[in-house]
Amino acid sequence: MNEFLPNFLPQLTQQLINGLSLGSIYALIAIGYTMVYGIIGMINFAHGEIYMIGAYVGVVTLTALGAASGTLPLTLVLAGALVAAIVVTAAYGWTVERVAYRPLRGGPRLVPLISAIGMSIFLQNYVQLGQGARDVSVPPLLPGNLFSVEIGGFPVSLSVTRALIIGVTVVLMIALTLYIGRSRMGRACRACSEDMGMARLLGIDTDRVISFTFVLGAALAAVGGVLIGLSIGKINPFIGFVVGVKAFTAAVLGGIGSIPGAMLGGVLLGLTETFASAFLPTEYKDVVAFSLLVLVLLFRPTGLLGKPDIEKV
Amino acid sequence: MAVQEPSPRTAATTTTATTADSTLPLKDAGLAAVLTGVLTLPLLGNHLIIDGTKTTLVTNYVPVLIAMALVFVVRLLRGPLDRALAAIPRPRLPAALGERQGLWLAALVLAALVFPFVAARGAIDVLTFALTYVLLGLGLNIVVGFAGLLDLGYVAFYAVGAYTYALLSQYFGLSFWLCLPLGGLLAALFGVLLGFPVLRLRGDYLAIVTLGFGEIIRLVLNNWDSLTHGPDGINGIDRPTLFGLTFTKRAPEGHTTFFDFLGIPFDSQYAVIFLYLIALALVLFTLFVINRLIRMPVGRAWEALREDEIACRSLGLNPTLVKLSAFALGAFFAGLAGCFYAARLGAITPESFTFIESAVVLAIVVLGGMGSQLGVILAALALTLLPELAREFSEYRMLVFGLVMVLMMIWRPQGLLPASRPRLELPQ
Repeated sequence: MNEFLPNFLPQLTQQLINGLSLGSIYALIAIGYTMVYGIIGMINFAHGEIYMIGAYVGVVTLTALGAASGTLPLTLVLAGALVAAIVVTAAYGWTVERVAYRPLRGGPRLVPLISAIGMSIFLQNYVQLGQGARDVSVPPLLPGNLFSVEIGGFPVSLSVTRALIIGVTVVLMIALTLYIGRSRMGRACRACSEDMGMARLLGIDTDRVISFTFVLGAALAAVGGVLIGLSIGKINPFIGFVVGVKAFTAAVLGGIGSIPGAMLGGVLLGLTETFASAFLPTEYKDVVAFSLLVLVLLFRPTGLLGKPDIEKV
Repeated sequence: MAVQEPSPRTAATTTTATTADSTLPLKDAGLAAVLTGVLTLPLLGNHLIIDGTKTTLVTNYVPVLIAMALVFVVRLLRGPLDRALAAIPRPRLPAALGERQGLWLAALVLAALVFPFVAARGAIDVLTFALTYVLLGLGLNIVVGFAGLLDLGYVAFYAVGAYTYALLSQYFGLSFWLCLPLGGLLAALFGVLLGFPVLRLRGDYLAIVTLGFGEIIRLVLNNWDSLTHGPDGINGIDRPTLFGLTFTKRAPEGHTTFFDFLGIPFDSQYAVIFLYLIALALVLFTLFVINRLIRMPVGRAWEALREDEIACRSLGLNPTLVKLSAFALGAFFAGLAGCFYAARLGAITPESFTFIESAVVLAIVVLGGMGSQLGVILAALALTLLPELAREFSEYRMLVFGLVMVLMMIWRPQGLLPASRPRLELPQ
């Protein structure tokens, strides 16, 4: 007990930092799930794959800009990779909706879901075909710690990549909240999620709004993909599946359809996972996340901030 | 544009609308090709090469250009292509089989019985493999096709069946024939345990929960080293015996080999044929049970529930109980298939039970036509035999799987051979 207590505070702080950065990534991806679900009521199963594509485009751009050789300034390389990943991934989001989901709108619920599963398998194997199935390493661009202190002889540190993840996510979340709350498009989005038919009657181009949610969700997922590549240092074509399910868990946890809910759910899931892996064998951290999903759906399907879903005949 | 119509018709109106809108099909096709270029350039046009610690890019624009050309041509010929696709006759079950369905079926079963005695060893092996998928497809068809519950964790029950046999035979030396029903029942029990709480959920939530459950089972099998040997799996599982007669060269203690018993020389071909016949028997048993069940009240209730849950509830059906029966029965057949899989290969690892396996079985059901048993059988045979025939394209297998699932949903959500149900339409 005497040895446990002094270590407790620094460990708690360290796990908080780790959980917060992991949760930020989940939150970025969860926004895509929650917005699409809020507007057209479907689970975009291919969203995890979109995030994986974002990570790959980011690494390809980093390499193309000569990140490892250092000919260009670091900020320029990073910004270039982020912009390229956002643009290309957003184009993927738009195309996926246009090709695989739009022709199925208005049909039975399960039809677009099966189409989305097919799309997810397709994208995963497409990237595997282009880039190989093995791990691709990401050049360590931002080594070192922003700060590192010792609390009671136990080091607590915040690495530069983790700080970048948390910082970028906070900025994007504030921007997104303002955009959805204040802009014309944001208002159209909210109107569509309230009542699609009424929004159309009032002259909102609902097809454009739906496309916009896919583009926005994909862009945020791309940022998450680039950041995770920088933080973990390697990516492969299979990272999208598990992260996708976890981000969906985050969206459900916060209340699907609610944007602040997705942010909250992402951070909560990230914290739960890091704390669980501190006490349980790390192999079981995925089990914890999946169990959390099952439990939330069973006992509180509306999530923490969601509205109850009343089924109308 | 009418949006509330059923999906096939909506698909048709959308496509005609877009072709009518775009005054210049050339411009439309060109834009699509440019978009394809943007999409494929970073991922197909640039290949990341890891050389020690250094990552380099190799540029190859050929795949990008091929993709662009392909999209350009398809977009340009969109109108004629749509018309050609619409013109393909859509067979319905009675039309394809006619009145003499029983006769056809008897001939098919006879052919399947004769097949192993005339075919080569490799062909029998491949068909045995395909029959496992037929079994899985028929089982999932109960859940997805008849009851309309999207189960993305079906592979979990397959794993339960396989591990039941592997563990019981490893630790207690139980025989295949005892473990087969046990594996099925245990899988059904898992189905009930999972189904009871989750079947209240709406369709798409149910899909995700079953997916999570499937992953949990796999992760537990992978990490519970003391029981399941973790990622190494279980090796040396006993093969099935025929009334205690083994198909090995030398019999283990207390057993006689099939060959000694009949006084014929040892031939490993017999073991392959025996496994094939077991698979065939399992498929026939499954078909028989399902065909009885769908004519019984419970089978009718499955289909009624799929069509309209609220109407069913108002007629006094207990939706949870009906769904649970479909779920448990589907799991039971997956358990049988799992048991057989473990016995056929003699070694299993958790790697055999990933989500992709669930997706393949789902693709079989979707392609065959939900609720159509003949369709599911044909789709299972096609999806397992075609990749065997085209081995050089094996890396494209899953790519094509995914694409087929998307295209089927757009083109024919009811599958290639949809089940036809008796119906009456009011005259206009």
